[in-house]
Amino acid sequence: MIQVRCPYCDALLPEQEFAYAGQAHIARPEDPSAETDEAWRDYLYIRSNTRGLHKERWRHVHGCGRFFNAIRDTVSDRIQETYRMFETPAGGSADE
Amino acid sequence: MRFSFLSLMRNAMAGQSLWTPQWPQVEPKPFYDAIIVGAGGHGLGAAYYLAKEHGITNVAVLDKGWLGGGNTGRNTTIIRSNYLYDESAGLYDHALKLWESLSQELNYNVMFSQRGVLMLAHTVHDIQVFKRHVYANQRLGIDNEWLTPAEAQAYCPPLNISADARYPVLGAALQRRGGVARHDAVAWGYARAAAERGVDIIQNCAAVSIRRDADGRVAGVDTERGFIGAKKVAVSVAGNTSPLMESAGVRLPLESYPLQALVSEPVKPVMPCVVMSNTVHGYISQSDKGELVIGSGTDQYISYSQRGALHIVEETVAAICELFPTFSRMRMLRNWGGIVDVTPDRSPIVGKTPVPGLYVNCGWGTGGFKATPGSAHVFAHTIARDEPHGLNAPFHLDRFRTGRLIDEAAAAAVAH
Repeated sequence: MIQVRCPYCDALLPEQEFAYAGQAHIARPEDPSAETDEAWRDYLYIRSNTRGLHKERWRHVHGCGRFFNAIRDTVSDRIQETYRMFETPAGGSADE
Repeated sequence: MRFSFLSLMRNAMAGQSLWTPQWPQVEPKPFYDAIIVGAGGHGLGAAYYLAKEHGITNVAVLDKGWLGGGNTGRNTTIIRSNYLYDESAGLYDHALKLWESLSQELNYNVMFSQRGVLMLAHTVHDIQVFKRHVYANQRLGIDNEWLTPAEAQAYCPPLNISADARYPVLGAALQRRGGVARHDAVAWGYARAAAERGVDIIQNCAAVSIRRDADGRVAGVDTERGFIGAKKVAVSVAGNTSPLMESAGVRLPLESYPLQALVSEPVKPVMPCVVMSNTVHGYISQSDKGELVIGSGTDQYISYSQRGALHIVEETVAAICELFPTFSRMRMLRNWGGIVDVTPDRSPIVGKTPVPGLYVNCGWGTGGFKATPGSAHVFAHTIARDEPHGLNAPFHLDRFRTGRLIDEAAAAAVAH
């Protein structure tokens, strides 16, 4: 079990209060009907599955209910930082 | 060296001193016709079938650690083929048929025991889903039958079918041909049989990246011990598939999660079969040594840590105690984790990639062990002929572009 800091509640809480919600910063296509099959595949299914620092979404389901982002090392499972939606993390850009 | 009654007798008389190593320790050659990355059951099996059925023996199998030390040695060894869709049922039943003669084929006792796999239904939805599986399987000639709670308890006496359980057992699907096998023996048996036919098995040699030539074709593998050239490279590395394939410029629809299992102290025979429950989420069988082997769930987040969170194990143990109150005083000996690569439709990817000469066998998620011989067999066919076998043709990578998914995720949800 890991501990996760909710950036809205500003509290460090056990993982069970949260739901993991997958890779962060995947933008939905602006004009869906104009996209190719390849672009839809990439958007729907292809994931970075990073070994190392991974930007990901979490949701504080048993708390404030809000989505936020985290940067976590997928080898040690240690969370480097969490940040609110649409914020830029201290450790770098908000891109993948 | 072949095992026979005579060889056992001779060694019994000679104090077990006549045994020789079952495969040689070899240094990598500079070039191979094919390199298989990953010496688990799937990779070693593919090397064996390449040599035996396709005459390709200039083959190396590389592993970053020891042979069978990844998910092959970490799973709960459950074997069954009662999948919903025709494509999956075809591939898994191909494997099950190969399991039935694998010990004879390899001259190695893989301890395949068809003790039956019982899948419990706890809700109306479970009943509907499992009956749909039963009828779909029967239509394909794959054995699967529906049991009432009393019939399920007759088949598995320690099962609690009391109506006041938190999630009472409302029925069960039974595949009698399903069962378990000795996971290590599968890796060792394939390794020995492949090495006998000239395959090099190279342990402690991690593949760092896949190298491509100027035309984009595969050129070989950069390893911890230097570059090894190859005409063809086949990747069979489960949870570590994404980083390795990324080095060849291939991005995959995979996510890697820790999956845990645990065993109890050994006790006298008490569990006659395999029992699985998707709803309370636990699966259990008893090894021939007497340990209860219990399968747990995946963590919620992706990870390469090869360990999972303790609360996942706690939930599983609670489910097992609910199903089998008599096990509540059992002591657990150890628990461990493996990293499983999961696809969006929970079906594997076995086939060619956009890179000429590069093949991938991945995405088996939480249930790859049962498919070992079948997967290895069709993967070898794909590598040798540069085109898929009929059984793995639907499991191509392009299905995520075309949308022709094999959606066992919706059919099974968990517990492969």
